Amino acid sequence: MNLDFSFLQWGVLKSFVLKGFIFSVELTLVAMIGGIALGTVLALMRLSGRKWLVLPAAFYVNTLRSIPLVMVILWFFLLIPLLIGRPMGAELSAVITFTVFEAAYYSEIMRAGIQSVPRGQVHAGYAVGMTYAQCMQLIVLPQAFRNMLPVLLTQTVILFQDTSLVYAIGAYDLLKGFEVAGKNFNRPVETYLVAALVYFVICFSLSMLVRRLQQKIQIIR
Amino acid sequence: MGSSWDWQIFLQDTGGGRTYLQWLMSAWGWTMSVALCALVVALVVGSLMGIFRTVPHRGLVALGNAWTELFRNIPLLVQIFLWYHVIPSIFLVLRGVPSFVLVVFALGFFTSARISEQVKAGIQALPKGQRYAGLAVGLTLPQTYRYVLLPMAFRIVIPPLTSEAMNIVKNSSVAFAVSIAELTMFALQAGEETSRNIEIYLAVTALYFISAFSINRIAQFIERRVQVPGMIGGAK
Repeated sequence: MNLDFSFLQWGVLKSFVLKGFIFSVELTLVAMIGGIALGTVLALMRLSGRKWLVLPAAFYVNTLRSIPLVMVILWFFLLIPLLIGRPMGAELSAVITFTVFEAAYYSEIMRAGIQSVPRGQVHAGYAVGMTYAQCMQLIVLPQAFRNMLPVLLTQTVILFQDTSLVYAIGAYDLLKGFEVAGKNFNRPVETYLVAALVYFVICFSLSMLVRRLQQKIQIIR
Repeated sequence: MGSSWDWQIFLQDTGGGRTYLQWLMSAWGWTMSVALCALVVALVVGSLMGIFRTVPHRGLVALGNAWTELFRNIPLLVQIFLWYHVIPSIFLVLRGVPSFVLVVFALGFFTSARISEQVKAGIQALPKGQRYAGLAVGLTLPQTYRYVLLPMAFRIVIPPLTSEAMNIVKNSSVAFAVSIAELTMFALQAGEETSRNIEIYLAVTALYFISAFSINRIAQFIERRVQVPGMIGGAK
């Protein structure tokens, strides 16, 4: 078997792969920002100590964490059109699914982050007359984010890898772009290899950056 | 799609001489077979690579690190495609290997990278003195690992290994992409044939729940059985 990569010119990459790459990055960024926001709310609910907030948040997080992501993607692709009464494209469905799904994972990280801030600081906040919301916003959450930044970013690298699973509903992402190019030129072996290389380079360099960040933060602390 | 439940769908014949329920059970069997075989591969390879990363030998450390980074930074679906499409066409000997075996290795090696991280962390969590004590009483390095370090390190990493074992059941769902007849493949195909997606998906999701939960229970049982009184997690 001879491998022949010569067909993978810039023009080919641009017309097949670029669109998918942009979607994968968009999906990752939207799901990261939305997931961290929703996850922080869920974490605050779980730590609130009020049963009617704790139980639904715990149910949400534990349920999503016990179902395979592929099944969650399929569920949402099935249920969203039933709920809104009209069909929804695979791409938009994927964005909603990943935001909701990743929130469960980010919320566990944020919960650990919030718990890493000593309770005395909250009491100090109350003592100087702050409300609960002010305590969280001005004292606890900024530190929780900073302590957890490396873990949040590591989760984002995993999220980027997981976006390839939109394959299940046929959304056009980075992997799909390579696959279509491979089918068109009848060179699937080469395109899968290059796809693996691209994912590896992106994820490896991101995890190296996260590692350096971690060391920096450790020194500051 | 109708709005009322129709669970009798599972008693219907698929057209192939069996009911959807029988198909569902066989799919569950495939899911568990893929997951358990991959878990064995992942535990063996992952422990080996994790140990390599802690020995005083540069080459082995580099091998362990390279292995871990390689299999951790490529998405599982892409790795499955590599095993299924790329490796058999480069190594022609592997052409006849059934796709079940390829998926087991793909999932096993992918998970071995995570297990190697945990085994390494488990060994490094032990006080340095234990290694020196082993060597000082005249044990060779392999003996020190076998009789001093590993028995404690493995006990420490049982909780993270448990969650990896549960992850492997969930991740086995990606095998649908190369047409392994497991639960997710069943959900896609049976859903299409019957148009009763919700009932089918609910049954499949429930089985994933049950599988992951049983693994969790078994692991907790093992953890209790092997506890060393007075050590981490022991002496309750």
